[in-house]
Amino acid sequence: MMDTENLGQHISKQFNQDLENIREEVLAMGGLVEEQLTKALEALNQHDVELAEEVIANDDKVNDFEINIDEACVKILAKRQPAASDLRLVSTVLKTITDLERVGDEAEKIARMAVDIAETKVSSPLNGKLHYGALQHLGSLVKTMLHEALDSFARMDTESAVKVAKKDKKADEEYDAISRQLMTYMMEEPRSISQVLDFLWAARALERIGDHAHNICEYIVYLVQGQDVRHLTWDEIHRLVKKRN
Amino acid sequence: MTQVLEEKTIEQRLAEEKISIEVDKLNLFYGDKQALYDIDMKIPEKKVTAFIGPSGCGKSTLLRCFNRMNDLVDIARTQGDINIHGENINKPGIDVAELRRNVGMVFQKPNPFPKSIYENIAYGLRLQGINKRRVLDEVVEWALKGAALWDEVKDRLHENALGMSGGQQQRLCIARAIAVQPKVLLLDEPASALDPISTLKIEELIHELKNDYTIVIVTHNMQQAARVSDYTAFMYMGDMVEFDQTDTIFTNPSQKKTEDYITGRYG
Repeated sequence: MMDTENLGQHISKQFNQDLENIREEVLAMGGLVEEQLTKALEALNQHDVELAEEVIANDDKVNDFEINIDEACVKILAKRQPAASDLRLVSTVLKTITDLERVGDEAEKIARMAVDIAETKVSSPLNGKLHYGALQHLGSLVKTMLHEALDSFARMDTESAVKVAKKDKKADEEYDAISRQLMTYMMEEPRSISQVLDFLWAARALERIGDHAHNICEYIVYLVQGQDVRHLTWDEIHRLVKKRN
Repeated sequence: MTQVLEEKTIEQRLAEEKISIEVDKLNLFYGDKQALYDIDMKIPEKKVTAFIGPSGCGKSTLLRCFNRMNDLVDIARTQGDINIHGENINKPGIDVAELRRNVGMVFQKPNPFPKSIYENIAYGLRLQGINKRRVLDEVVEWALKGAALWDEVKDRLHENALGMSGGQQQRLCIARAIAVQPKVLLLDEPASALDPISTLKIEELIHELKNDYTIVIVTHNMQQAARVSDYTAFMYMGDMVEFDQTDTIFTNPSQKKTEDYITGRYG
């Protein structure tokens, strides 16, 4: 088992520092990605092109985080040959940053859709409350998932990670509902198809963010318990975590 | 979904293995001081089992029980049973010379005899009364090949073994140990006095030798234990703290003491 206090007890202080650094960098990267997502959703909601362009520009920062943390992990592997919980931390960090980077990409996509949507006619019937409401709802759900996944990582809390993973099902359902709605809409209003597709892509991006948050939660279970729970059902994961706690 | 949720436990794994050495409630004392406490373990046949632990934890002492090397220490006293291939080696009347033929040992510092390479290997056979040149030639070649040394020394078999490099000397000692065809090979820090390349050669050799022998290795180098062994035992202050598959020990040990030791934390 692993807990947060356990990080700083190596005989080598430098090793403590190296591990603490990558952990903090992941949380900093997570914070930036969360911010990107929040701004992308706001840009979409408010038709704020400037904000959307800021999100697009900031994606480079997310990418830089990924590259730097990746390099720090490789150095630890080369120099320290970490074992047990240290090894699991490094491997978890390597995977987590890949998912975070993708979340960053999805936020960028949403920002691009926001620009597209804002630049088409504001009077479009698509701007009715129904669709925006559903999209914002899905957005705030996956935002919460991402936040809680990062929080579970910070606290190495498997139980809360499992709770986050459960929400992914809800996100999938909401995405399905939105795409059904939009399909009906496209059939009724063929002229609006290109704009509706933008909308659908944004919803799809949000659904993917939910998947990435779900992945991060699975890595947390591996980090803390040493059990690989990828590709298991939620019930199976829940059972394994409950058994250990 | 058909995925296996739980990995096999060590008990399930061992149930699938043939057991070479079985230790039952082994206690060992050096005078008044107890060095091993109630050791119970099963060492599988034709696998590599590593003993790790801090200095003084009893890992070498335990290893030396397997061919009764501790008999040579006046104040050492053992209780409990050690069965090797079904025979209790601690029972009275056991032929210790025969035991040591079956359970060969290689030490930390290479210790070839100050004789030729050839004679170093032939020595054990001569002790058994085998003196036929043809037989000896065959065994010497076979053992040196088995120890991955033949190609390097085949043209100077009659030179003094002390003229070889440390790594070669250590492989010669392994060749000498396998020449008498033991069942078990005990390696006590076999690579700790060697350079990294010679160390890798020894590790490669261990990997090949396990096809034919049960190998038990004591090492301070944890990465070495991780690389060469199938099973790992972590010992601490005379106790067997954890025994499991090497992969489990190094990725997800169940005991905190093991975790602290292999990750280099304060014990």
